[in-house]
Amino acid sequence: MAAKVKMRGKIKAGIAEVKTLMPHPMETGTRRDADGALIPAHHIETVTCYKNGKQVIVAHWGPAVSKNPFFSFKVKDSVPGDVIKVSWVDNRGERSSGELVLK
Amino acid sequence: MNRRQWINTMAVLGATVATLASPLRVLASLRDGFKATTLEGALAEVLHGLPVEESDRIRFKIPDIAENGAVVPVTVSTDIAGVTAISIVIANNPNPLTSRFELSADVLADVSTRVKMGESSMVHVYIETRTKIYTTAKEVKVTIGGCGG
Amino acid sequence: MTGRLLVLPVAWCGAMFVALVGGEVQADPEADRAAFRDFYAQRFPDVPLSEHMNGVYAIDANARSQWLELEDFPLYEIAVDEGAELFEVPFADGAGYTDCFGGAGVRQNYPYFDQDSASVVTLELAINQCREAHTEAPLAYDSRDLVTLVSHIAFESRGAVIDVATPATTAELSAYSAGKRFYQSRRGQLNFACGSCHVQLAGNRLRAEILSASLGHVSHWPVYRLKWQEIGSLHKRFQECISQVGAVAFALQSEEYRNLEYFLTYMSNGLRWNGPATRK
Repeated sequence: MAAKVKMRGKIKAGIAEVKTLMPHPMETGTRRDADGALIPAHHIETVTCYKNGKQVIVAHWGPAVSKNPFFSFKVKDSVPGDVIKVSWVDNRGERSSGELVLK
Repeated sequence: MNRRQWINTMAVLGATVATLASPLRVLASLRDGFKATTLEGALAEVLHGLPVEESDRIRFKIPDIAENGAVVPVTVSTDIAGVTAISIVIANNPNPLTSRFELSADVLADVSTRVKMGESSMVHVYIETRTKIYTTAKEVKVTIGGCGG
Repeated sequence: MTGRLLVLPVAWCGAMFVALVGGEVQADPEADRAAFRDFYAQRFPDVPLSEHMNGVYAIDANARSQWLELEDFPLYEIAVDEGAELFEVPFADGAGYTDCFGGAGVRQNYPYFDQDSASVVTLELAINQCREAHTEAPLAYDSRDLVTLVSHIAFESRGAVIDVATPATTAELSAYSAGKRFYQSRRGQLNFACGSCHVQLAGNRLRAEILSASLGHVSHWPVYRLKWQEIGSLHKRFQECISQVGAVAFALQSEEYRNLEYFLTYMSNGLRWNGPATRK
């Protein structure tokens, strides 16, 4: 499985600011390698975020999101112990995820 | 099963089939939106017929001059109520639609990411609610490095 | 500031030139280092000398604000994670990196001048020496494994003071002077020396870039360079910079680059190690 999603989160006044970093090449499909051959497109297409198992965000990405994507979002009504999960699927069907227990 | 039960069953089945089909159709056309090479093509997917209004209630943070076009930090947030999605469109990119964030009521309308820009461009953000789309835009310059690129 | 621009670099380069012409016997590293620091203190009077460990972000507000946004969740963390894992992998003979280094917080021990081999030993060389001492094949100097190991060690060593022993023996002074001479020598089609941009023109623009000071140049490596879209080593940047002035680059970990690293690190004594870092 691809590298896990790195996650950090902090609760302030009930809002959890969650920051994520997802190792991924995010190849556009238009770059060429040293021999001139096209490097095939390989990028995350869908990112799904969950709070305690409930889906809270679905993000759709094209290849113009930067390599090793960063994504940050804010979850309402958060308390310590809440579990935030972030998972992605790319255009090849490869997947990964990360999980964070808010403190 | 009597006639009424049969009609009810078919109605439920029909509704189920319709519900199952529409997300797939929406997803397929969204993927088309990502493949669109023109601003108009990308916007057709983002706007889907809703009225568009410029708004000064959108906080759109993106550098005026990007340090490096491959990693441009961007934050979009707003206090507009009932936001269902936020989209980021870079007009001069080969495929202008970069991302679309569908937001539930459990999160704030506040997202941050990093995007690639091929060249200097207007960058547009679209804040979707059920009845209207709010927008703002900024020009971002992408420069050639001094030490040979 | 513009009035002083011409006078100071000429004065500093003049002093260095005299020292070079006088030959290695005249080399006075402490005086060089003091002159180096004085120069940047006067070129950038509002910037604390230690802040130059952040390179151009110490002197370019627009670039600094974007850098700070990226520092919120830095891209080099991926390399640090990989290096941390590699650091724990035992060698075939059962020993590990901790047997050679003690722990990972050892960035500040390199480079040093090794009397036995009469050469500068960098962290990369030391890692391979450790491997070879335990019957492991050395890592290629451009390998991902090596740069991620160095990233982990750099991260664990953050905050340590740069403290290269003052070159004193004939052999040490020879290596120091070779590095200094390299720094001052014009090369390539553009006929620039390192000092042309990073001393004489430090703080000025080269197209859209602002040129950084050489003080602190070595402190923050390896670097996730946005242009490379990947983590890379100090010597890789030496190669790139030298190629960009139209000269042929030396090999990674060549004697030329190790001497240059020795000179530049000594000149940054007193600043702190703050790698890895993000740069454009």
